[in-house]
Amino acid sequence: MHAMHRILEQNRLWYSVAVLIEGTPLLNRLFSFGERLVKERLFGCRMCGQCALPATAYACPMTCPKQLRNGPCGGVGTDGSCEVYPGLRCVWLMAYERAAADDRIGDMRRLQRPIDQRKWGQSSWVNYWLGRDDDLWTADYHELEPVPVLAVTSDAAHKPPVHERELVRA
Amino acid sequence: MPDPNGFVHLKEADLGPARSHLHATLQRGRFAVTAEIGPPRSATIAPIRRKAKVLRDWIDAANVTDGQSAVVRMSSWAGCLVAMQEGLEPVMQLQCRDRNRIALQADLLGASALSIPNVLLLTGDHPRFGDQPDAKPVFDLDSIQLIWTAREMRDRHRLLSGREMKQPPSWFIGAVENPFAPPLAWRAERLGKKVAAGAQFIQTQFIFDVPIFARWMEQVRDLGLDRKCWILAGVGPVKSLRAVEHMQRDVPGMYVPDSVVQRLRGVPSDRVHEEGKVLCAEIIQQVREIPGVAGVHIMAFSWEESIPEILERAGLGARRLSAMGH
Repeated sequence: MHAMHRILEQNRLWYSVAVLIEGTPLLNRLFSFGERLVKERLFGCRMCGQCALPATAYACPMTCPKQLRNGPCGGVGTDGSCEVYPGLRCVWLMAYERAAADDRIGDMRRLQRPIDQRKWGQSSWVNYWLGRDDDLWTADYHELEPVPVLAVTSDAAHKPPVHERELVRA
Repeated sequence: MPDPNGFVHLKEADLGPARSHLHATLQRGRFAVTAEIGPPRSATIAPIRRKAKVLRDWIDAANVTDGQSAVVRMSSWAGCLVAMQEGLEPVMQLQCRDRNRIALQADLLGASALSIPNVLLLTGDHPRFGDQPDAKPVFDLDSIQLIWTAREMRDRHRLLSGREMKQPPSWFIGAVENPFAPPLAWRAERLGKKVAAGAQFIQTQFIFDVPIFARWMEQVRDLGLDRKCWILAGVGPVKSLRAVEHMQRDVPGMYVPDSVVQRLRGVPSDRVHEEGKVLCAEIIQQVREIPGVAGVHIMAFSWEESIPEILERAGLGARRLSAMGH
């Protein structure tokens, strides 16, 4: 999955693709639909539009009944079951086990900022390529500056969708 | 000086004024005692007054719970005001289940403006097992994001929107952790995230298995977290066999080893509640010996009267009176 992510990594090409997609309503709908199909199958994606998967060992935290973005709650059963739906395994436990196996436990130590509830249903790939996801999480807390800023600071996160910015021409 | 790991050392944090009596107690290195008060399920303050009177000479602060177990109860801030009227310092619990980020900040501001000096910030129990399973779970923020928000409000004087406040709030910020829930190996790191976000004191889940708690504390010390926050070990008396069996079977996140149930089964049925208090006092004495434990937090659901006896048995006699030199 991490290798796959490298193919989709932010670059100027993907940026241009994202600009094109977002600037063309029909294309945008088709692309988002395609993303939903693929990611729903693979990860149970809920289309929050601000994907945390690269930092959660590809276990989707939005499938957690509490939609926790920063790790498991205190109610995980001793057998690893979800407290809300005991038939299910805690998604954060899966994230932890995969991260530990992949030697990516540092990802679990990132502080995840609050999500933007307006982005539900949007393509997270487009948002990512356009740099709107740059501040979704901090570095590993072991490596943080003393007081990380909570409020999102980057301009990209506040930029309206591309078609509203008339970036279609770009 | 900033710690290379990115924390403000407790010692440095201590240079500032104490935010509360509880904060000052911990700063002075005195073993702290907190307890829990559940507000009533009706429109009366009498039960809170009664519980506060029972507890006020024995503990440093009382948590007033916030819709605990997803059951409707009087709001925490209202209960906190009653406790304050009775001379007992409150800890306002605030959870993310019932409020979005707007309401959470609103309640945090109200708490500070009304001089509620401690807050305990949690994710909250899911409504599915409460008395309103048909309610909409909010969970707009999680506990770590809420702690981060509160710290930013207090220390950077900014709301989550970035808006600056003319009068910044002041609280001693607390959080919870469950050393008994999987993944056990990662629970200390999760505490680390809460401390990095701004938690200054921690109250743990009920401890019935001291060795597991001791192993968690070892990990906490390895990460240096005992120097960056104060840890209050969560304990509580068992009132009946039914209660302990319910805790063991039905309460999410609660770990009760069979040995505890067997011990309580081993005494005559009219002695179970006595044995429950003895067990609780024993656990307090055991956790007190563990390096890095700064206090205890006693959860005695609807049995607050048992707390003075438990504390006395554990060698933690009336605090306020002795502290004031009576």
